[in-house]
Amino acid sequence: MKSPCNRHPMYVVVHRDLKLALRRKSDTLTPLFFFVIVVSLIPLGVGAERETLRQIAPGILWVSALLASMLSLNRLFEQDHADGTLEQMALSPTPLSMLVVGKVLAHWLLSGLPLTVIAPVLALQFDLPMPSLLILTVSLAIGTPVLSLIGAIGAGLTLGIRGGGVLVAVLVLPLYVPVLIFGAGSVEAIASGLGASAHLSILAALLVLAGFFAPWAATAALRVALEY
Amino acid sequence: MINWFKFSSPKTFYPLAGKLIPWLAAMATMLAIAGMYVGFFVAPTDAQQGEGYRIIFLHVPVSWMSMLIYLAMAFWAAIGLVFNSRLSAMMASALAPTGAIFTFLSLWTGALWGKPMWGTWWVWDARLTSELILLFLYIGFMALQSAIDEPRRADKAGAVLALVGVVNIPIIYFSVQWWNTLHQGASVSLTKAPSMATIMLVGMLLMVFAAWLYSMAITLARVRCIILEREHHADWLYQLKEVKR
Repeated sequence: MKSPCNRHPMYVVVHRDLKLALRRKSDTLTPLFFFVIVVSLIPLGVGAERETLRQIAPGILWVSALLASMLSLNRLFEQDHADGTLEQMALSPTPLSMLVVGKVLAHWLLSGLPLTVIAPVLALQFDLPMPSLLILTVSLAIGTPVLSLIGAIGAGLTLGIRGGGVLVAVLVLPLYVPVLIFGAGSVEAIASGLGASAHLSILAALLVLAGFFAPWAATAALRVALEY
Repeated sequence: MINWFKFSSPKTFYPLAGKLIPWLAAMATMLAIAGMYVGFFVAPTDAQQGEGYRIIFLHVPVSWMSMLIYLAMAFWAAIGLVFNSRLSAMMASALAPTGAIFTFLSLWTGALWGKPMWGTWWVWDARLTSELILLFLYIGFMALQSAIDEPRRADKAGAVLALVGVVNIPIIYFSVQWWNTLHQGASVSLTKAPSMATIMLVGMLLMVFAAWLYSMAITLARVRCIILEREHHADWLYQLKEVKR
């Protein structure tokens, strides 16, 4: 087997983060259980009317996915910051933004991807028809990487600040709004017979934009955090 | 040759701001009085919206300022980030509360206007939602800066956040064109003749300039406070007569 040292640095970062997460499984699983619990709470609060549930399902699933993804943001840089790995990364010859992309990718594989996989199962509880289920999964698959990318900026900005957990919500949630609108909108559009391609295209455009700009901003935020 | 950077140091800027504030404040007051006089007593009743439209004289200026102040804040934040100049970052922090107030007023006056015209305080359309997000961005900026004790880190972290949030401004501005919304389109634009009576336009512009001058005055007053707080180690500060006393 090839040693990790000969691989691309981004691959090494992803590999390392995944390995660390597998060693500490509960860190990864807790946000997922949070997602499942929040989604299951809504019918208990709103009432189990089938028609209502079917209508609010896309919004509920998307908002819960947003919150779950946000709650796992502290995992992104905090431990690496605490044990000095992040400083070593900043000093390494590989551009820091490249390593940030690796960390964001690992974060998505550990939070966004499982959410995307569970969401259709949970959507069955809401009696969503098959086409909506499919679009929901596709929209989450395109949208959750955007959440991880934008979240990285917030996580970088609040690194090592007191009350960082709540602060990151205040910073990041407003920036999540476009993803929420077009993500949940795509499911509603297919349910009303309009077709979801417009929403999904905008979501994909958001992914491209965030993929280009967010690592850059997150790197700037990390450099600020490391400087002081 | 003119020294462009003369006033970029807190030491020279502090007295300059002090001299400007009374003038700006006086002009803002006069323009606001004139604007309100035109708005309430001179401008005729609107054919469609009746007397209720008169809130335009407050709503439009504060809405413009809410966006413009964010742009100014992001501009100063960017300058502060690029040139590492303290005063620019202080300007950005000084602008934020005024911008937040204007954003809140824009939403509030909009609700007061929406109730008689649309029959509802609030609709979830693109312009209202994006303006609400703008308020959240201002709040996030202030929350982030106040959570960081080290002022230079607060400046830089705030600058990154302000620049990220700038994407929202074109979304607010163009929302009435991009989406089919309840909010009416722009009545005033640079490229075509305004779709409102001249006297209404005069009243509105008077209020707009009043809002501009008020923002400048209050921001300069706030930046002076920030300078006093941050530069308390500096010698020149103790030579000031208001500090000596």
